[in-house]
Amino acid sequence: MRIGIPRESRPGETLVAATAKTAHQLEQLGYEVVVEAGAGTAADQPDSVFAAAGIRLADAAEVWASDIVVKVNAPTSEEIRRLRAGATVVSLMAPGRSPKLIEELQAQRVTGLAMDAVPRISRAQAMDVLSSMANVAGYRAVIEGANEFGRLFTGQVTAAGKVPPARVFVVGAGVAGLAAIGTAGALGAVVRAFDVRPEVAEQVESMGAEFVTVEMEQEVSSDGYAKEMTAEQEAATAAMYAEEARKADIVITTALIPGRPAPQLITAETVAAMAPGSVIVDMAAANGGNVALTRADERIVTDNLVTILGYTDLAGRLAAQTSQLFGTNVLNLFKLLTPAKDGELVLDLDDVVQRGITVARDGETMWPPPPVQVSAAPAQTAPVVMEPPPPPKPADPRRKVYAAGLAAVLFALVAAYSPPEFLSHFTVFALAVFVGYYVISNVAHALHTPLMSETNAISGIILVGGLLQVGNTNNWVSALAVLAVLVASINIFGGFLVTLRMLTMFRKD
Amino acid sequence: MTDVLNSTHVPGLVQASYIIAGVLFIFALAGLSKHETAKQGNIAGMVGMGLALVGTLVLAARQATLPDPSDQWRPLGVTLTLIVVAMLVGASIGAWKARTVQMTGMPELIAMLHSFVGLAAVLVGYNSFLEPGDGVYGAMENIHSVEVFIGVFIGAITFTGSIVANLKLSAKMKSSPLVLPARHLINLAILVVSFLLLIWFMLADSNTALIPLVLMTVLALFLGFHLVAAIGGGDMPVVVSMLNSYSGWAAAAAGFMLSNDLLIITGALVGSSGAILSYIMCQAMNRSFVSVIAGGFGSDGAVTGETRDYGEHREIQADAVAELLSEASSVVITPGYGMAVAQAQYPVAEMTKKLRAKGVDVRFGIHPVAGRLPGHMNVLLAEAKVPYDIVLEMDEINGDLPKTDVVLVIGANDTVNPAALDEPGSPIAGMPVLEVWNAKEVIVFKRSMATGYAGVQNPLFFKENSRMLFGDAKDRVDDIVRALG
Repeated sequence: MRIGIPRESRPGETLVAATAKTAHQLEQLGYEVVVEAGAGTAADQPDSVFAAAGIRLADAAEVWASDIVVKVNAPTSEEIRRLRAGATVVSLMAPGRSPKLIEELQAQRVTGLAMDAVPRISRAQAMDVLSSMANVAGYRAVIEGANEFGRLFTGQVTAAGKVPPARVFVVGAGVAGLAAIGTAGALGAVVRAFDVRPEVAEQVESMGAEFVTVEMEQEVSSDGYAKEMTAEQEAATAAMYAEEARKADIVITTALIPGRPAPQLITAETVAAMAPGSVIVDMAAANGGNVALTRADERIVTDNLVTILGYTDLAGRLAAQTSQLFGTNVLNLFKLLTPAKDGELVLDLDDVVQRGITVARDGETMWPPPPVQVSAAPAQTAPVVMEPPPPPKPADPRRKVYAAGLAAVLFALVAAYSPPEFLSHFTVFALAVFVGYYVISNVAHALHTPLMSETNAISGIILVGGLLQVGNTNNWVSALAVLAVLVASINIFGGFLVTLRMLTMFRKD
Repeated sequence: MTDVLNSTHVPGLVQASYIIAGVLFIFALAGLSKHETAKQGNIAGMVGMGLALVGTLVLAARQATLPDPSDQWRPLGVTLTLIVVAMLVGASIGAWKARTVQMTGMPELIAMLHSFVGLAAVLVGYNSFLEPGDGVYGAMENIHSVEVFIGVFIGAITFTGSIVANLKLSAKMKSSPLVLPARHLINLAILVVSFLLLIWFMLADSNTALIPLVLMTVLALFLGFHLVAAIGGGDMPVVVSMLNSYSGWAAAAAGFMLSNDLLIITGALVGSSGAILSYIMCQAMNRSFVSVIAGGFGSDGAVTGETRDYGEHREIQADAVAELLSEASSVVITPGYGMAVAQAQYPVAEMTKKLRAKGVDVRFGIHPVAGRLPGHMNVLLAEAKVPYDIVLEMDEINGDLPKTDVVLVIGANDTVNPAALDEPGSPIAGMPVLEVWNAKEVIVFKRSMATGYAGVQNPLFFKENSRMLFGDAKDRVDDIVRALG
């Protein structure tokens, strides 16, 4: 099958869906790859590089007539009309927000695979373009911020005086936020970060930043953030944003809520209170921005000389890098889609990843996919005669009391009719059971085998029973007892010696 | 001599030796729980056993020399000769086995030893039935009957169960579970019928009582066979530990029928410690303890291989691995049964030594159920002189894996399978595993791309950071050792 890589039609787009390297690797999967002339120029992949890698260059008409078209941005209405029925288009699609796009794909009988709908399971990480792009964007956000910032990032003591380190505050510790933390830290800044999910504190700290916690006026509830924010908590969080932003030289905001406009976290008053020369990079600008004054794709300087960057093409500003990562993600997707490596795309809708990205197929809409968990159930023959696992019983404390009571009554009955001799044996038995239980409970894992062979040797004590019966004049009894003594002896000697042998091997440096 | 044996002080002294033996056995088990005290523990166990045997021999000799109006006991010389011969034969077989067994063959040996305890318990039970001994009358008679019956029942289950476990572990019997239709009903029916036989046994007079006892023995022998045969080889560690527990209960039951407190104490100790050990292992495997005791819990064999396509794996060669290892600063080795099969523990130990000499931080991560016996890997590594303080448990090492440069997976499969965590439909779902895929590089030593014991495909092999090193684990590790120079 033929894969076409068109030139991106979005104004100002620098990315390309395949580099010479990934295009070559796609060909190794058995595909024929054609690239539209000039498609990769902005991403440092001029036509000559493709040609050198043996990739054929073609005009737009031929590229769009391919069996499969791979691009970065979602195809426009005109582009969809250029696709032939039965073709496949692979790109970012934001399927949750683009019902019109899905309708058009459906009408054209085109299979649409959305690269940004890859389920977030570990197996699909290699195809996760959103992570790839967020990573690059987070890096670039710091670089853009540093570019606008009028001072150094590293603290220095020089002959001309002391330079304080830049203070960077990162809001949101997703992939982009963590990448920004890492980059800012590497440049020498003091980085603080906040995320509404307290569990990411560890990741933030692992990147060398300090995790900001919200100080509550009220007592902190035992389960902290697990429930909805109360009005006080919201107020405290807002106060924290204002406080941290004012202290910072550079603020990088990355807070997004899936399927909703970005939350507004930094108010106009906070911006007004920031020091002149401070920089805000709003990475959520495309979705409305985390800062009140942000305008998408624009650089604004406020009256108090705070620069607010609302660039939405941060990943595109590192065109070569992002294209290469995007291309590799695409390549990994095709490895999954081409099980036989014969250049034939096979879409297996039983696979969660493939099902998850398929938004339209054969004139049918496939969005939204079923939740990942459900479709991960094994599609194989029912397990044979398996006892259903006992359902976890609701912990009814009364039940235990009843059971204990019943056991006590039964035991009392038995005891009342038993001769004292039996009871004295039973006392010994019960105590020994509990001694055994407590003695073993903390056994070191490495010693399981020696322990087992030791207990095995000890259980050879059954020999005692045989020894006392050997002398019986009943020949049958005597013979059986001799046999019992024999096998029990094997057990005792074998068990102890093998334990000894194992233990002499354990050593410490 | 005879005077001494006939002295009225002898029973008290023998009882004292039993008490001391019981205490020493407790010391033995407690000692075996920690590395530092393990050897003392074993010695305590041996001394205790010696004391108990001497005490019992004295008692047996006393029986033979006391005035014997009912002509119940043989002369002293005959008795002692029989005992000494039987013990000598048993001891030499045991010692020979213990000395010659390969460390990888340990599971089979232990399973076989369990079967001897079961057999002995059955024999002692029959003897106790044939010659109930003094003091068995009235209510004690009924209780004694129940004790004999239970003792023989447990002993018989232990006997055949252990033999099956031994055969499965030594690959003389197919390790896949034997699945009879309605097998749980069969087990239940055997229990019910055995109970009815018990009632018959108690009501019958001494001439016919043998019939229900023999019938029950046959049923119990079959039950033991069936319980273990229904369990897949992958679950054998728990089975062996459970059989250990059964053999203890069998000894305790024998203690009740012989009115011997030492047997009761020891049997109960072994029984409960074996049960708690099995429980610990069940938790590690995320299995229900109840269904283990009931048997037939290893349903893994019913699962056919995963048909899902995970993409393709990538190969690597031994010299490239060696290079990777010498450049790494931290390496974790996660061995599995494959290392035992290939006898690769010695080259692994040598590789470890070489890497440590180069300043590489090498550690071992052991899954609780790696191998075919709990602690199997630890024993093999100890045999090859790997210091035990760099051999860590799963929980200790999992947190460090993301910071690890290279993980070597040597012959492990299901214990490093990410499907256990992220595929809820997988047969091993929910089992805690070594999260090796979090490391920077994972090298998987494997014979081929075949599935592991649970029959489940392992997505680890297809991860971005995984490389496969095919071939016999021992040969490959040897290659790496050579390349390390």
